Amino acid sequence: MKHVVKNVVKNVVKNVEKQSMSARSQLPNAESRFPNSVHHSMNAIETHQLHRRFRRTVAVKALDLAIPQGIIYGLIGPDGAGKTTTLRMLAGVLKPSSGQARVLGQDVVRDPEALRPHLGYMPQHFSLYGDLSVLENLRFFAEIYGVPRKERAARIQRLLRFAQLEAFAQRPAAKLSGGMKKKLGLACALVHSPRILLLDEPTNGVDPVSRREFWDILGELYLQGVTILITTPYMDEAERCNLVGLMFQGTIIQQGEPEALRRLAPGELLVLYAPDLLRVEQLLARFPDILSLQVYGDRLHLFVADAQASRPRLEAFLRERGVAFTALYQDEPRLEEAFVHLIRQAQARQAAA
Amino acid sequence: MTVPTDIPAQPSPPDQRPVAVRVRDLTKKFGDFVAVDHISFQVQVGEIFGFLGPNGSGKTTTIRMLLGLIRPTEGEAWVLGMDVLREPAAIARRVGYMSQKFSLYPDLTGDENLTFYGRAYGLRGRALARRKDEVLELTGLSRQRHRLAANLAGGWQQRLALAAAILHQPELLFLDEPTAGVDPVSRRHFWRLLYDLAAQGTTIFVTTHYMDEAEQCHRLAFIHRGRIIALGPPGQIKRERMPGQVVEIICQQPQVGIQALREAGIPEVALYGKRIHAAGPDLEARLPALEELLRRAGAGPITLRIIPPSLEDVFIANVKETASVKETASMKENVSDEGRTTEDGGR
Repeated sequence: MKHVVKNVVKNVVKNVEKQSMSARSQLPNAESRFPNSVHHSMNAIETHQLHRRFRRTVAVKALDLAIPQGIIYGLIGPDGAGKTTTLRMLAGVLKPSSGQARVLGQDVVRDPEALRPHLGYMPQHFSLYGDLSVLENLRFFAEIYGVPRKERAARIQRLLRFAQLEAFAQRPAAKLSGGMKKKLGLACALVHSPRILLLDEPTNGVDPVSRREFWDILGELYLQGVTILITTPYMDEAERCNLVGLMFQGTIIQQGEPEALRRLAPGELLVLYAPDLLRVEQLLARFPDILSLQVYGDRLHLFVADAQASRPRLEAFLRERGVAFTALYQDEPRLEEAFVHLIRQAQARQAAA
Repeated sequence: MTVPTDIPAQPSPPDQRPVAVRVRDLTKKFGDFVAVDHISFQVQVGEIFGFLGPNGSGKTTTIRMLLGLIRPTEGEAWVLGMDVLREPAAIARRVGYMSQKFSLYPDLTGDENLTFYGRAYGLRGRALARRKDEVLELTGLSRQRHRLAANLAGGWQQRLALAAAILHQPELLFLDEPTAGVDPVSRRHFWRLLYDLAAQGTTIFVTTHYMDEAEQCHRLAFIHRGRIIALGPPGQIKRERMPGQVVEIICQQPQVGIQALREAGIPEVALYGKRIHAAGPDLEARLPALEELLRRAGAGPITLRIIPPSLEDVFIANVKETASVKETASMKENVSDEGRTTEDGGR
């Protein structure tokens, strides 16, 4: 199955290549199927001071984005940070209030039509036609994206295999499970072999097995040079991106590789397993080293300035009080912990202002 | 950096706490389809117990049996000391339920929603007013109580739904994917509330397919195709139930590396940013061989290290293991609603 999928991706991408040849020659410095390996001679997505207001609310504020070609870029942030609005503007379905946005070098406001052949967009609540079958949905999207008639049948077959939906081609979309609907949505967004994919929380409601398959598909597209911009509330998904931007109140407040962002957690992490976590948590209120503490089901995550120095002190502190613990070790902070810390910091700064 | 490859085993504490849920050989068949297949477990009072499984694995069917909404085909289930077969009505009064779909009325305010649910549970007058104040205070929604539910931000809607589910002070709370799609800050706040409720003696039963939620539970059951395939605290499951190791590989040409690893038959190969995660049995012993393999394939300079598996790694590995055992045992399979059989069959 894996091989089939891989071949299909190759074919899909061959089509991307073919189709975009003409477009490429018009683009400045367009090149490189694997910009992720070294060269980033052109950004796939660029915004400059992008704004969007809805009446009194500013959804996107002075946003400057520069997303190199061929990477997976993860846009994360709390609810209402402006992620969806950003994607909608880049997809050309919503006009910015001010500022510029360029995708593949083309202005999304001035000429959204020129971009359509190169752009796949999967909104959060994408509309599949529930009473149409899987196959009919794909045909419909092929029609509206103007996929040449001669290529349609073959391409749709490839996408069905790619999304592992062959066995369900005749099933009405409304009767698919959540994970299958998302895969069909992705297949529809890929029907015209775009070079850029905008995905808005594509795995919400998708179970872990299907989610992994979904990400395997994204990985294949990435390896073939498609640029992917994805929003997600799940930090383990953000860890799978090449570059992550943390958005807060309409703008990016931090950007970096996931490994670099993780290091912005509030200090170094000690993990403590103990049978009576509640008691330990209460006692630790009197342990001075702790910058931040988080309870998980069977353990505590403690942030301290210097884990090596704090660890023996903490052991002694617990032993003196006769508290049993089963493990205490240093671990790498997770992206989630950095996220929560950075957002709380931003909120505090805002409250102070 | 100490890599926690061997977290010392936790001595299971002599658990004297009373049991809130006891299930033995619980089974539910719909025609030929076995939705829940002889599952057994116990949940202690004040425990947050997680049921983790894909769609269609039997999570919701189990909850419906525990709530007394449908009759088990076989087996026994006791909830708060009551038999689900004999006393479903009494159980219903003492449990709370928060479904994954926002179950509140969007065109009513938070306060009005609570009044509606409170009355449904038989709360009236001053008692109702007092409980509303208490749950609004607890969930931090006092200042939002007169806003329309539809206008509450995502994380606040979840808190309001929780407030409604605990109005009648249930001893046992069922939550179905309570923080699906909620951002990490709101999720953390929500779980803080759950820990507080649990500390006060409320037993919490969470069904989910999100690892972020599963990681927060005191104890977890992995459920797949109606059967429990792993049971224990998250840390213990990660330590004991990973069939093999996860290797993180950094190389200059990830696309070449991935290709080579797949051709070598490594069961799980996935891309994380520029890094490759490969998982499979005996990888630790095969590290030098893997490095050699990648070098020969031309993946460029390579670094490899064993990393602790994520809960998702462990879950996926167990699901695949169960699936392959089942498939060799019998060629005839139920086609789940995800069509997994068709997919696995081709691998």
